[in-house]
Amino acid sequence: MVETSGARRKGRVFRVAGPFIIAKDMPGARMYELVKVGDAGILGEVIRLEGETAAIQAHEETTGIRTGEKVVGTGKPLSVELGPGLMGQIYDGIQRPLPRIQEQFGAFLQRGVVPPALDRKRRWSFHPSIEKGAKVSGGDVIGTVQETPLIEHRILASPLLGGIIEDVAAEGEYTVADTIAEVRTPQGRDKLRLMHTWPIRQPRPFSAILPPEVPLLTGQRIIDAFFPLSKGGTAAISGGFGTGKTVMLQSLARCADADILILVGCGERGNEMADVVESFPKLEDFRSGQPLMNRTIIIANTSDMPIAGREASIYMALTLAEYYRDMGYDVALMADSTSRWAEALREVSGRLEEMPGEEGYPAYLASRLAEFYARAGRVSTLGREERTGSVTLAGAISPPGGDFSEPVTGNTIRLTRVFWALDFSLAHRRHFPAINWFMSYSEYIPALANWYEKVGPDWRRLREEAMAVLKEEEELREVVSLVGAEILGDRQRCVFEAVKMLKEYFLLQSAFHPVDMQCPINKTYHMLRLILKFYDKARQAVNEGTSLGQVLALSVKEDLTRMKIVKPERFDEVSKEISQKMDTQFDQLTADTAEGVSA
Amino acid sequence: MSSATQASRTYSTVREVLGPLLFVEAVRGVGYGELVEVTTPQGEERTGQVIDVSEGITIVQVFEGTSGLDTTKTTVRFTGDTVKLPVSVDILGRVFTGAGKPADGGPNIIPEDYWDIHGLPMNPYSRAHPTDFIQTGISVIDGMNPLVRGQKLPLFSGSGLPHKLLASQIVRQARVRGEEEAFTIVFAAMGITTEEARFFRDDFTSMGVLGRVAMFINLAEHPVIERILTPRIALTAAEFLAFEQGMHVLAILIDMTNYCEALREISAARMEIPGRRGYPGYMYTDLASIYERAGRIQGKKGSITLMPILTMPDDDLTHPIPDLTGYITEGQMILDRKMHKTGLYPPIDPLPSLSRLMDKGIGSGKTREDHKQLSDQLYYAYAEGKVIRETALVSGEAALTSNDRLYLKFADRFEKEFISQGANENRDIEGTLDLGWELLSALPESEFSRIDPDIIRKYHPRYRGGNEGDRIVG
Ligand SMILES: Nc1ncnc2c1ncn2[C@@H]1O[C@H](COP(=O)(O)OP(=O)(O)OP(=O)(O)O)[C@@H](O)[C@H]1O
Ligand SMILES: [Mg+2]
Repeated sequence: MVETSGARRKGRVFRVAGPFIIAKDMPGARMYELVKVGDAGILGEVIRLEGETAAIQAHEETTGIRTGEKVVGTGKPLSVELGPGLMGQIYDGIQRPLPRIQEQFGAFLQRGVVPPALDRKRRWSFHPSIEKGAKVSGGDVIGTVQETPLIEHRILASPLLGGIIEDVAAEGEYTVADTIAEVRTPQGRDKLRLMHTWPIRQPRPFSAILPPEVPLLTGQRIIDAFFPLSKGGTAAISGGFGTGKTVMLQSLARCADADILILVGCGERGNEMADVVESFPKLEDFRSGQPLMNRTIIIANTSDMPIAGREASIYMALTLAEYYRDMGYDVALMADSTSRWAEALREVSGRLEEMPGEEGYPAYLASRLAEFYARAGRVSTLGREERTGSVTLAGAISPPGGDFSEPVTGNTIRLTRVFWALDFSLAHRRHFPAINWFMSYSEYIPALANWYEKVGPDWRRLREEAMAVLKEEEELREVVSLVGAEILGDRQRCVFEAVKMLKEYFLLQSAFHPVDMQCPINKTYHMLRLILKFYDKARQAVNEGTSLGQVLALSVKEDLTRMKIVKPERFDEVSKEISQKMDTQFDQLTADTAEGVSA
Repeated sequence: MSSATQASRTYSTVREVLGPLLFVEAVRGVGYGELVEVTTPQGEERTGQVIDVSEGITIVQVFEGTSGLDTTKTTVRFTGDTVKLPVSVDILGRVFTGAGKPADGGPNIIPEDYWDIHGLPMNPYSRAHPTDFIQTGISVIDGMNPLVRGQKLPLFSGSGLPHKLLASQIVRQARVRGEEEAFTIVFAAMGITTEEARFFRDDFTSMGVLGRVAMFINLAEHPVIERILTPRIALTAAEFLAFEQGMHVLAILIDMTNYCEALREISAARMEIPGRRGYPGYMYTDLASIYERAGRIQGKKGSITLMPILTMPDDDLTHPIPDLTGYITEGQMILDRKMHKTGLYPPIDPLPSLSRLMDKGIGSGKTREDHKQLSDQLYYAYAEGKVIRETALVSGEAALTSNDRLYLKFADRFEKEFISQGANENRDIEGTLDLGWELLSALPESEFSRIDPDIIRKYHPRYRGGNEGDRIVG
């Protein structure tokens, strides 16, 4: 960070209680100002002001901090560094680079001065794309840097800037702190560098919001087919422990058709982050064959790390996402888990002795959540060139006892337009993804209808038919549990079989099978079509007197079983074969039945 | 520290004694988290810790409890230090109190170092993902929810269920295959009975492993607040053994429910706004600061595998203690009372049980390539069988299809032959997997939608030419 010299004001520590500090004699302190507490200079943020007394949340361990130690205001809000070098990084909740921390301190996190988020020594090859004398305003592209083989980093004029370019650096190698252009503004001269900073709690401006008419394809059949997400959309995934939230968010990271991925581990397990850190550099990006890490940023503030960092991590991630959006990229941000973030709010609020709302959460929980999800969207960006970018948000929720009637789930699903409800009973029988198809929904379906029709004109019918048969089976099950299974005839059993096929051959999708883990939209469409076609024909055959047993013995059913592990590039061909085989076998069956009847 | 400052850090300004807490007035220059020495009016020494410091009131939690303390004669000395454990390999073979003092009549430990019992958060970037399969010799664990070295996997039990027996079987049998070295055990007891403590001690003795065990024991009759220290002390010892001495440590914490009760007591005394069912809102974070100390570190040889044991109040899985634990640990083993009543041992219900790290520890080169898919199919079949069992209860077996009956029979055999085994029976992983195939092979092959065809052809008894006389239907 480019520090303005000279500490500003000094107050003193009056009280320390866990991650929470009260400082006195802090005239002129501002809300969300970054402060340094104690002789150790630990970082904190002002979260409440009363006269000259400031309440501070500490971003580092407070053990050993004594009353009377000094508190120094920096005059600046907590900000994030934006510039080349973000991609592939692993940061904690306040953008400290974890790999550099390891070099400095070893395997355990300690208090102390930490290297900046962006490497000051590394040189980037800069290609200017603006000329001396040009008018420049917020969001204009000054030039580009190839940040990773996958990401061209567009160096943007800070959103607030406006003026005339007086000087611009020649093509060459520069560090993030070198001046690459000088701008004359009404206020004077401004230097532009490859990096700039932005306060994490302040959304970055854009020019206009666009409708959610393009899906964010996830490669997950149940989502793409039934509960789709749009680029710039919002989704909540809620479920008790072990129901598959983390695996789903990681699958989205691997498979979704976004340009940039930002994964936030907010108050969750260290080993899960270690897993991502170990596997992503090795995982091939399905679009480019490059390591996935080349377009991923990880923010890891695990459950044993300071809780204030948990609270900040979400805003940090949002600001990074908006920055790449402003360059014209589609960014997907996965936050696991927003409940831990809400608990951090609750803990701080409790220490502040604020009036508690539902279940001890602060009354402003809902508005904080709203501010978070409001930062999603597909937009046309600032800047001369027409650019479209998006931030899609998917947040995990961890409801106590797996019960959705709790404040975080309740307040979130009022804001997000997609809800994926995870179900213990599905997870316990290892039906993954354990998304409950009756409770989940997507409000983007109408806006995406045009797009889907291009994949298959009968999408809507297929979706509705599948839902109808799932519903019918559920109702039949209830009847059976009351009066017994004797009442079932072949027609009803046909419904059971269809649902079994839908569940096992289509909805069930392994996140770990090399082929099955990602299902392109075309394959999803044809798989669904074939299963429903089988059901349709089976129903017809049974109506015409064929026994269900004979239908189920058809060998084409076996082909349906294996569809999910057919490689996508072969699937078009295979699906045609299956379709024909189905026609032939059913025709044969009907003919046999007719013969049997007439004989 | 000079004696002058030491004297100036002694106060007799206790204003209030409430539950396990002392509220001390007019304290200067004391640090958050500091270790405190409390002297009772009778001259007895106790220890405490600063949990809230301010120029007004400083709050001290007293680990041995506050009975006998008063507001006039009680003195409080702030040591300027944090709570530390003397560490040394000599702790192996020894028994300590829940506060880390020798409890076996042996000498004091001559420490190699003093370590802060709260530890430090591990840099997630420095963690090495656990990948070494631990064979426990118990089919329902190894086959369905295998454990890996460095994992945190709790046993969720209920009062009267055989978690002790199971834990002891795991300690006795757990091995990483192909390695000679056995686990070093760190055992922490919180609020268990003398009898239970003796069970483990005798057990370790009879296994002949006592020399590899360090025990930290807080019994039911011991101070409640000391239980806040016990798991932290034990895990500090475990960290020393694992990351300084390169040992593979298996840490057992029993019973975490008692730990959480102590936490609740402190929170109530501080008059904090309670979270769900009276437990503090920060219980998740507090438990995480314990459980997350398990794991492996890149470039270091040792590891901490953590097995917390807790009794679910009213066998309720949604109770905050198991619930928050499950949100932090890497899976859970659930002991089921119904299974126990029917005489099944071990009564682990595989359906709600889970091992999240299994995928990294199994498969070809580790266990066998069919392991994952086989267990997925066994899951499906057992869950299906249990649903059908319910249906059969309502409408009788007559209403079942022939396929249904096969599933029903499968579920019965799965419980009797696969889950059930002796408390001394040690099955290797091949045996467990083959047993799984044998049971599955009673179902039609067309049902195996979770297994790739080439795996079926390689391992299905029908293609291996094994076990003639097996009921292959369909
Ligand atoms: N799509 C999937 N395919 C295969 N297995 C899955 C899938 N989703 C989840 N699982 C299994 O379920 C386990 C638990 O999933 P996950 O860790 O995502 O749960 P979670 O909801 O994040 O739980 P918690 O809230 O405790 O973090 C995984 O370890 C994995 O074994
Ligand atoms: Mg998770």
